[in-house]
Amino acid sequence: MISKKVKTVKEALIGVEDGMTLMLGGFGLCGIPENAIKELVRLGVRDLSCISNNAGVDDFGLGLLLQNRQIKKMISSYVGENDEFERQMLSGELDVELTPQGTLAEKCRAAQAGFPAFYTPAGFGTEVAEGKETREFNGKMYVLEEAFKAHFSFVKAWKGDEAGNLIFKGTARNFNPCMCGAANITVAEVEELLPVGALDPNQIHVPGIFVQRIFQGAAYEKRIEQRTVRQRS
Amino acid sequence: MLDKNGIAKRIAQEVKDGYYVNLGIGIPTLVANFVRDDINVEFQSENGVLGMGPFPFEGEEDADIINAGKQTITTLPGASFFDSVTSFGMIRGKHVHLTILGAMEVAENGDIANWKIPGKMVKGMGGAMDLVASAENIIVAMMHTNREGDSKLLKRCTLPLTGVGCVKKIVTNMAVLEIVDKGFKLLETAPGISVEQVRAATEGTLIVEGTIPEMSI
Repeated sequence: MISKKVKTVKEALIGVEDGMTLMLGGFGLCGIPENAIKELVRLGVRDLSCISNNAGVDDFGLGLLLQNRQIKKMISSYVGENDEFERQMLSGELDVELTPQGTLAEKCRAAQAGFPAFYTPAGFGTEVAEGKETREFNGKMYVLEEAFKAHFSFVKAWKGDEAGNLIFKGTARNFNPCMCGAANITVAEVEELLPVGALDPNQIHVPGIFVQRIFQGAAYEKRIEQRTVRQRS
Repeated sequence: MLDKNGIAKRIAQEVKDGYYVNLGIGIPTLVANFVRDDINVEFQSENGVLGMGPFPFEGEEDADIINAGKQTITTLPGASFFDSVTSFGMIRGKHVHLTILGAMEVAENGDIANWKIPGKMVKGMGGAMDLVASAENIIVAMMHTNREGDSKLLKRCTLPLTGVGCVKKIVTNMAVLEIVDKGFKLLETAPGISVEQVRAATEGTLIVEGTIPEMSI
């Protein structure tokens, strides 16, 4: 067994430097690498380019890095719910590249799977396609989108083992699997880190080959963005 | 004139047995409340769930189970969770039968704009561009006019586009319309709304053929 286990979040983030491009899993605040984000804040690394579907909220998730002015560029599909983000974007302090959500996922997956680029129908005829190669297949137009390149990928899973195998829970899976192995170094944080042999190989969502470092997060707040409930009748 | 629930109720009639349906944020989300309970329909949410159920009871919310609007939800028997690549594979691969989404503007050529107002509001397109570029059956749910009273059914969109030539049907608080070669074909009017009122609220070409029935909701 090749062990991917590191003891602390500090050890997990060794090598992260100013100016790097990072991938961060999660959808809204669901399934975000909370511990890695807090450590990035503590490290104070700056001029980061972050690839993440959303940008957190003002005081949680990637919003913490934004408040600290550590992010130079965001590559996301949806950035509502974050006033500081909107302020930095409209004032020009923050560079933002909005990318259709399916394209964002596929640009991660392409990097993971060794494809330099792919054609997608999303964004054809819109400003997203400006300056990009387009091509017709079977009478429909497609846009050529290139794979992402990133230094680090930070993902969060429910359970993992020391070999780096991962299992996700609910919709906290989202972008995490396609970001594994899509950067030079993938750092996975899990709620529960188990010894090898404890997870059923049939149930693994992401094989450990895509993960370089794994650690158990010290704590998870798992903040809910929109608490919606129904009344008991 | 219909309210948001009225629009959702009318759109629910378009949801057929055996459909996999993706609902956008806002009015589209309400559609789930009005789908007949004698048909089998599964709701897909692009953040990675198929078989979405109602909101959880208080105290049973799970931060790990949300929809694309980031709302806490439940799942129904037979539901599944998946990653974003698989989710958009379902969408791009046309496995989802019906997409219902909101819009700021729709043009008579089927173009739609719903993600950006330059200089004012830039929240992003989320999954909308992927959805409209691939879905074969797209229904737009929106108010016929904006807050200033200007028509949202235009000859050409003025805002940055989400997709080109993709909208098939529009249900507003005033009417049901279909996009045809030459413009918006009026199919039904809302209770209490005349054809002339619809015409006055529609900037794009309105095609009226024969007697237009009133919506039954």
